[in-house]
Amino acid sequence: MRTILVILKKEFLQIFRNRAMIPLIFFMPIFQLLILSNAATYEIKNIKFNVVDLDQSHFSRELISKFTASNYFTLNEVSFSVENSEESFKKYEARLIIYIPKDFEKDFRTNGKSEVQFLINAEDGSAAGIINNYATNIVRQYNSEIITKSSIVPEKTALINVEFMNWYNPELDYKTYMVPGILVALVTMIGSFLSGMNIVKEKEIGTIEQLNVTPIKKYQFIIGKLMPFWFIGIGELIFGLTLGFFVFNVPLLGSPFLILLLASVYMFVVLGIGLLISTVTHTQQQAMFIAWFFMVLFMLMGGIFTPVESMPDWAQTIAYFNPVAQFNRAMRMIMLKGSQLKDVLPALYFFVIFSVVIMTLAVWRYRKSE
Amino acid sequence: MEYAVSVKNISKSFDETKAVDDISFDVKHGELFGFIGPDGAGKTTLFRMLTTLLLPGSGSAVVDGFDIVKDYKKIRSSVGYMPGRFSLYQDLSVEENLKFFARVFGTTIEKNYDLIKDIYIMLEPFNKRRAGQLSGGMKQKLALSCALIHRPDVLFLDEPTTGVDPVSRNEFWEMLGKLKNEGITILVSTPYMDEASKCDRIALMQKGKILDIGFLRDIIGKYGKKIYAVRSDNMHKLILDIRSDENTESVYSFGDFLHYTDKHGGIDIERMKNILMSEGHTNLTIQEINPGIEDCFMSLMNK
Repeated sequence: MRTILVILKKEFLQIFRNRAMIPLIFFMPIFQLLILSNAATYEIKNIKFNVVDLDQSHFSRELISKFTASNYFTLNEVSFSVENSEESFKKYEARLIIYIPKDFEKDFRTNGKSEVQFLINAEDGSAAGIINNYATNIVRQYNSEIITKSSIVPEKTALINVEFMNWYNPELDYKTYMVPGILVALVTMIGSFLSGMNIVKEKEIGTIEQLNVTPIKKYQFIIGKLMPFWFIGIGELIFGLTLGFFVFNVPLLGSPFLILLLASVYMFVVLGIGLLISTVTHTQQQAMFIAWFFMVLFMLMGGIFTPVESMPDWAQTIAYFNPVAQFNRAMRMIMLKGSQLKDVLPALYFFVIFSVVIMTLAVWRYRKSE
Repeated sequence: MEYAVSVKNISKSFDETKAVDDISFDVKHGELFGFIGPDGAGKTTLFRMLTTLLLPGSGSAVVDGFDIVKDYKKIRSSVGYMPGRFSLYQDLSVEENLKFFARVFGTTIEKNYDLIKDIYIMLEPFNKRRAGQLSGGMKQKLALSCALIHRPDVLFLDEPTTGVDPVSRNEFWEMLGKLKNEGITILVSTPYMDEASKCDRIALMQKGKILDIGFLRDIIGKYGKKIYAVRSDNMHKLILDIRSDENTESVYSFGDFLHYTDKHGGIDIERMKNILMSEGHTNLTIQEINPGIEDCFMSLMNK
């Protein structure tokens, strides 16, 4: 125990003496929260669109004016053929073409049914989905408007009206959704990157040679090297939560202690990954590249930026075993939904098992690499 | 416990290369024992095995009464090791490094201050300076202090004087002499032949083997051949001319001279002078000299 304390003291001295470390620890969360939660948003405004109106009727003009009147769309150009209009797709000027066929109004008045076509630039799939949503909404609104205004009887009269309500994040505030995710990314990076690099550093500089000819035992070395990042990770999380709660007004419905309980076990998972990486590398650079590779995979498949539910089945199965995804989900559950211990118990069990497995593997590899 | 270090038939291979090849030797208590040989002779590998950093491929060794494989933990608390490459924390200060190693061994600087006093006095003005910003000689003194802080019974120094200026090198050997008087057994490796005279006994190493082992004067005494120093104005032509002579056993350049031995146990200096002068050499000197450790090494190497 005394030896571990000696190592801990040395580690903290070195960590806080490292010029890059202090800014990293304190500015990284601030910047990430500020920039990511404000800049990255799913809301798209000023979508430029083209109109190909072959009908030139009262209805068609009214429909277009609904688009231009909304905050989301800006009219780019009007033409009379789709071919001409497509040109601006290629130049990236417009992202949506509204094609209104001839007899748009006439069909509606006589048959109670008419069609309009959207052509959406889907280079960016998720943006295309959002544009589609906005556009469909406008058409739907206009639809019900003309039904009530005119005395036309539409084809189907019995309509089930659907009303939406977004629970847990009623205004679909992007910040509310992102802040928990960014905090997860933050502690994950500290736990795996920094701890892995810190251990490899001893190998790279050669100090491990000197340490190995001392009575320091391997377990003492490992604990002494990893624990500082456990503390830093948890400290960072508390700092980030406070920042999120007071500065970004992100709701914290559940217990912050429950978050810390989960995080304290989760940290062992990421520290284990860091230790494992350190056993297969010899320089900090190698460790960083390998950690980077895995972290990008874990994060992108972790549901922080894109929902896990939108992934194919096989990826969802992998995501189930992805600790980042599990922690991310649990964090959002606790913060936004006020979930209790019993709700996040599966994640907690998962972390316990995962950390035991990865630590055992890492320590076993560590022994072998000597 | 007869010897401080006792090594029997120890070997270590890396892939196909035999780094240490069937070496045996004993070092007495309180002895200053030197391993002398060029880079790649196997000195570092040998030291790493004796300090339990590396498992031997075969053979056995006992250090301070403990087997290097079975009792490696005990060895780690009773020996001191100073690796060839500076292996202290560059981002910690002199004092912090020393304190760290003292506490790791469960002791304090104060308890063993008398042992490191002579060395530490020179370091104390730089107490707060980061180890990475020290000069080469100072780094070496700090490394020695850290290796000594727990009062080890046996001290292993791997090429401690490599890359250190001549004045610091002399100082360093003086310090080792004092430590020897404290009763610490010291094993030191060096590529510098001239440092052989500072050791009690030496082992000459080459390609993983010990060429010869013993007191310096005995090793030189065994040389048994007459050796001559030769020089002229055109040293390059001289070495080619002598090498092409059928009576030549060995010739190699050594400083400003060539060191020369013949196959018949002695030459007529005047006769050789005449031959060489007839080949066009000017300002020729030939004289018999006492063999040095380098000459012994060259001769043993060629055997």
